Amino acid sequence: MDEQALRELGETLQAIFAEHVLAAAVDRGELMVTVAPASLIRVLSFLRDDVNFQFRQLMDVCGVDYPEREKRFDVVYNLLSLTHNRRIRVKVMTDEHEPVPSVTGVFNSANWWERETWDMYGIMFADHPDLRRMLCDYGFEGHPLRKDFPLTGYVEVRYDNERKRVVYEPVKLEQEFRNFDFLSPWEGIQASLPGDEKAGS
Amino acid sequence: MGIAPTQAEMASGEAALEARDVDALWRGVTSAIEDRGFVLTQVDKLVNWARTGSLWPMTFGLACCAIEMMHCYVSRYDLDRFGVVPRPSPRQSDVIIVAGTLTNKMAPAFRRVYDQMAEPRYVISMGSCANGGGYYHYSYSVVRGCDRVVPVDIYVPGCPPTAEALLYGILQLQRKIKRTGTLWR
Repeated sequence: MDEQALRELGETLQAIFAEHVLAAAVDRGELMVTVAPASLIRVLSFLRDDVNFQFRQLMDVCGVDYPEREKRFDVVYNLLSLTHNRRIRVKVMTDEHEPVPSVTGVFNSANWWERETWDMYGIMFADHPDLRRMLCDYGFEGHPLRKDFPLTGYVEVRYDNERKRVVYEPVKLEQEFRNFDFLSPWEGIQASLPGDEKAGS
Repeated sequence: MGIAPTQAEMASGEAALEARDVDALWRGVTSAIEDRGFVLTQVDKLVNWARTGSLWPMTFGLACCAIEMMHCYVSRYDLDRFGVVPRPSPRQSDVIIVAGTLTNKMAPAFRRVYDQMAEPRYVISMGSCANGGGYYHYSYSVVRGCDRVVPVDIYVPGCPPTAEALLYGILQLQRKIKRTGTLWR
């Protein structure tokens, strides 16, 4: 996709919505727009209906957790226009308490994705028709994709022969999780690998 | 005829007839045995032979291991040769092949399916995830081995195990049944 065209698209959007669109930027050939939660529905409806945009498909709704930020969560909406063969990414910032307006009225498909985002991050969606957990176990506590959620969680299951049913117990691990992937691009490549300091001496 | 026979005549006639029939029966049986041969066995051996020859597994594919399990069922490895026919109901199955990751959410359902199976029942744990959590051992949502929920007979290692490996596991289960099987398990 032509970057110039995308940049113009972002500028058009900013010109139309002025203060509602907080930022518009093109990065790696993809247009990303940040929107205030209050104007999310307006912007998405416009993107869906306007003849110059026609982003009719909502491909995905997901969350991102930045624990160091004050408004720690991003909710990301990926839109696709089949007519113009274009994609756009709309972002909203929020925290644990401030609800994001549900876009199920604009895109029906957002229903389950918002449920999943609620399940994984604990982001509230106002006016969602059925905001239940999506993937996690019944009675699960916590939101597992938050960065402060421990990898192994809090409970584990086993079958109890006396009670004749599967019971939940606090996690007991023989050995803690150990990470051996020192070259992981997610963790950042260290200057030297552990043990390398012995090689020089 | 015309005159009805007396009671005594009837009784003696029947006895003679019976003796003749029994003789004929024995002659028939003996000649059949002489012609074709015969087999002696013990009841428990016979039962174990029948059990090993028709291990019907409960279809319980949970993840990618299920793909290898399907490969094992279809024409190349053809588990049908061993009398292994996948069943959709726990009531009809003798063995359950746990093929894939058992999650916390699935564990009660899995135990219920196992409880519904009729004795004698066997469990094959297929793949790393079912054996001990595998790749997801430290996950918050995965059972660290399906032996925490049901007693397991055979563990098939691999991630996923090849179809041959599962086949070998089933043959091992057959050997186990032959070796340890009793009428009442």
